[in-house]
Order: sequence, then C-alpha cells, then structure tokens
Amino acid sequence: MLQLIARRILETIPVLVLVATITFFMMKAVPGGPLDTEKNIPQEIKVQIEAFYGLDQPLWKQYASYMGNLLRGDLGPSFKHANRSVNELIAAALPVSLELGGLALCIALLVGIPLGIAAAVRQNTWIDYLASTTAMAGICLPTFVMGPLLVLVFALHFEQFNASGWDFARDRVLPALTLGLVYAGYIARLTRGGMLEVLNQDFIRTARAKGASEIRVVFRHALRGGLLPVVSFLGPGIAGILTGSFVIETIFNIPGLGRHFVTSVFNRDATLTIGTALFYAALVVALNLAADIAQAMLNPKQRAN
Amino acid sequence: MPVTAIASPALAADAVEPGRSLWQDAWARLRRNRMAVIGGVVLIVLTALSLFGPLFLAYSYEEQNLALGAAPPSAAHLLGTDKLGRDQLARLLFGGRVSLLVGLAATSVSLTIGVLWGSIAGYAGGKLDAVMMRIVDILYALPFTIFVILLMTVFGRNFVLLFVAIGAVEWLTMARIVRGQVLALKRQEFIEAAVALGLRKRRIVLRHVVPNVLGPVMVYTTLTIPAVMLLEAFLSFLGLGVQPPMSSWGLLIKEGAEQMEEAPWLLIYPAAVFAATLFSLNFLGDGLRDALDVRASKD
Repeated sequence: MLQLIARRILETIPVLVLVATITFFMMKAVPGGPLDTEKNIPQEIKVQIEAFYGLDQPLWKQYASYMGNLLRGDLGPSFKHANRSVNELIAAALPVSLELGGLALCIALLVGIPLGIAAAVRQNTWIDYLASTTAMAGICLPTFVMGPLLVLVFALHFEQFNASGWDFARDRVLPALTLGLVYAGYIARLTRGGMLEVLNQDFIRTARAKGASEIRVVFRHALRGGLLPVVSFLGPGIAGILTGSFVIETIFNIPGLGRHFVTSVFNRDATLTIGTALFYAALVVALNLAADIAQAMLNPKQRAN
Repeated sequence: MPVTAIASPALAADAVEPGRSLWQDAWARLRRNRMAVIGGVVLIVLTALSLFGPLFLAYSYEEQNLALGAAPPSAAHLLGTDKLGRDQLARLLFGGRVSLLVGLAATSVSLTIGVLWGSIAGYAGGKLDAVMMRIVDILYALPFTIFVILLMTVFGRNFVLLFVAIGAVEWLTMARIVRGQVLALKRQEFIEAAVALGLRKRRIVLRHVVPNVLGPVMVYTTLTIPAVMLLEAFLSFLGLGVQPPMSSWGLLIKEGAEQMEEAPWLLIYPAAVFAATLFSLNFLGDGLRDALDVRASKD
C-alpha cells in the first residue's frame, strides 16, 4: 500500500517536468511575443524590457533559468499584468475557482448518487428509465450549451439571476449548476452500474435472507461497493470540472483561474500560460493520486495486497 | 465506419466468417433496443441532411444579407438568419458536415493509434509492454485539454491540425482496452496454432489478433465520436477551433450564446441539434455495448 503510494508520487515528477517543458517550448514557438501588441515602443525601450525579462538570452538559458525558478516555486512575472507575479495572480484567482468547483462537485454528488441508487434499486421500471434518461441529458448538454440555456431561461426570461459576474451569493447558482449537472449525469450512470453489480452478489442475498430491511441492504451493505466506480471517477471528474471551468468562467465572466488561462493564451502571456497550465497539471495529478488511494482503501481486495 | 481504417474489408470478412452467428445475435439484440434504434435513425437522418441538405437550399452558408441582419425564423429563412444575414439553416447543415467530419476523422486517428499501440503492447508483452503502458499512464495524467488549446494557439487555427490534435488526445483509453483484450486472446489456441505454423508476428497481430478485438473497439469507437465532437465544439466555443465564415455546431453555439438576448433562435437550434446528436451516439454506443456484451474495464 505504502509502496503503491510512493511509486505513484514518484511518477508525478516526470509528468510535471514534461508539462513544464512542453508548455515552455510551445509558448516560445508561438508567432508573436507578448510585447508585439504594444503600440510604438521605441527600439531601445523594447531591448531594455526584453533584457529585464531575460528574453534576449539564448533559448536554453531561458529554459534553464525558468526551470531553476520553478524548483523554488517561483513562476515568474506576468508579461501582461504589469508588476504582478504569476504566483500572485494564481493566488488571487484560485479561491474563486475552488469555490466554483467545490459547489459544482457537491451538486454533482448530491444529485448524481441518489439518482443512480434509485435507478439501480428499481431497475427496468419507469423510475430507472426516467433517471437514466435524465442522466444522459446531463451528459449530452455540455457546459457551453447548458450555461447559455440556463442564462437564457433563468437570467433573461425569468430575471431571477444576473447573467454574469461573481459579486453576490446568488451569482454562484447558475455557474455551479451548469458545471455540476453535467457531472451529476456521469456520476448517476456510474452509481447505477456499480450498484447493479453489487446488488447481484451473494452477500446481498445473505443480507436479505437474514431479514435485513431493504433500506439497510441498500445503504449499509451495497452502497460501499457500489460507489467504487464513482470514487475512481472522482480524480478525472474533478479534473474535468476544473477544465470545464474554462468555459464557465468565460461565459459568466468569473475572475477565476480558467479565465486567466484562456486570456493568457490569447495575450501571449507565456509565463502566465505555463504557470496556470503547470498548476492545473499538478492539481490533476494530485487528485488522480488521491482518488487511486481512496479506491484502494475502499476495495478489500486491493487493501489486502 | 472508421473501423475499416484498421482492417481492410477482406480482413474483416475473414474474421467474421467463423463467428457469424455471434454478429447476427448482436444485431438482433441491438434491434430490440429501442433507444439504440432511435439513436441510429436520428444519426442517419442528421448525416443525410448535413450531406445533401445544402444542395437544396437557396442560400449558401456564407452568403450575407447585411440589410436583413438577425431576423427570426420566417418562410424564406426557416431557422432565421444571424447578424450578418446568413441563413441559419444553411449554416446549421454545413456546420453539421464539419462537426461530423471532425468527429469521424479524429476518431479514426485515435482508433489507429490506440489499436496499434494496444495490440503491439499486449502481444509483445514483457519489457516492451511495460514501457508502452507506462507511457500511456504518464500521458493519462497530462491535462490534455490544456495542450490542445496551446497547440491550436501555436500552430494557428488549422483545420487539419484540429483532427490530429483531438485524435492524439483520445487514443489512450482505446489502447488500454485493446491491450487487455489482446492479453486474453494471446492465450487462446488458435493463436498458438498460428505461432506453431510459423507465421510472422506482424501477420499474427494484423490478421488474427486485431479482427478479434473488433467488438470492443466498435463499441468504444461509437463512444469516442461524441467525446471528440464535444472537444471540437469546446474549442470552437472558446474561439480556438473552426473559424468563421466556416461553420460548425460549436461555433454556432458560441455565436448564438453571444446574442441570445436579441436572437435566441441562433442559440436554441444548434444547441438542440448538437445535443440530439450526442444523445443518439451515446444511446447507440450503449446499445452496441449491451448487444456485443462488452464490459467496460480499465485493463
């Protein structure tokens, strides 16, 4: 078990180095630098700015110094946001994205798991069909369709919410719903599948035979095993929620990490792009790791090994 | 089906020969699955409309009528027009061609890489297998959406690149599935017989192993197409995919979302068609999975 964890942690190092290297050279390959869009900078000033950011150095030197700073946790200065470091920008945007992602995850679990349980327990009845179709609808209405549609109905038509912004508590409702409902669909399907598999096993029949109530059978005996697929999906799922927030933050104009990433790509703000990409990668890797460990602890077969 | 990109028709026919009843069984089971049948029919209709519909329309997808502007649906323009006065129906059907083409082409790319990678790793076994699958594990951990976004920025919004980039992202799961299947197949007698007959490895993999993993591959392909179309639409929505005056469903949804207050029809129709396509593909994929009795497993 400890060995597994240690091995997985060691595996993350090449992943992060790879991400840093690929993003670094990709941003260097982009035609047009961050300074090109500025109008009429005198040549001398441009040279000075380039020297200040180390852009006049040969490529390998830039790479080496970037990786060196990275080891110390320094993601460098932003090219577009004057006098602000990438670390500061990420620190300011992270709480917003975390709040959005956390709310969305809660919605996904609170809607998805009960829906999946209901569908599995009443398999092949209208409850199952209704729940399964609802889940499929959630999956087939991706964030960039669901978001604008929710805005159209609840913000513009019924005028219950603001169409964009992140200022008041009620501004959280539509973005979190948009992001959460898609994953509620996936989680409902996984819960249904996992529960169906467990409910057909011998120990469930034993539990029923000794007279345990249906509620006890479902929640005490079946749920633990039935939720395994959901737990293993949580790693990639949370990663998906995080990337999903690129779109959500753009639609709803939310000052989070995702919007920083997208705008930095358009602005050719290389350090901010690499910084946010690396940060996302680290987050995704860490979450996958956590999901794997949680799964191993829940599964008696893996725990024994 | 893009499956034929892997096995030439002759190979596929060869593989089906001994197991014909299995495929007939599967077909019968699939036909009994109402949602899968509806999904299939919707897909055929949408594909036919996208392919042939534009031929019968009075307007092309890029023909502007600035005087008209964004007009609601009318007899002349059944689904209305966008802000440049372009016929929304023409753009929707043409966008369908693009979105479906991206779906099919990118899926073929991922299919080719995934099947070859998985069958080589599974068949070779040993160190090569360990190295190849470790590469897959590492790539799995990379946040690919980010790379696709970067790729589109670096190399411009090139249409062909879009196929390649998306295809290169989606092959990993396919490789894992195929490897698992191949590992199980390898121990079967007809493969041993082929080895005993002295067939070359390359021939065994291409002629005996690949055709036998077609079932799971077909199922997963059907489920990859919606994932790929989703990614294309996602990129187009962010402004990184298909560029105007071209059209794709993702782009139309983006344009619709920008002016949904004044012109809700520009958002509603593309969103509905896109969702219906994803719905159909997913139901068809689920139906195929049940019909071919393929269990989704990680390895």
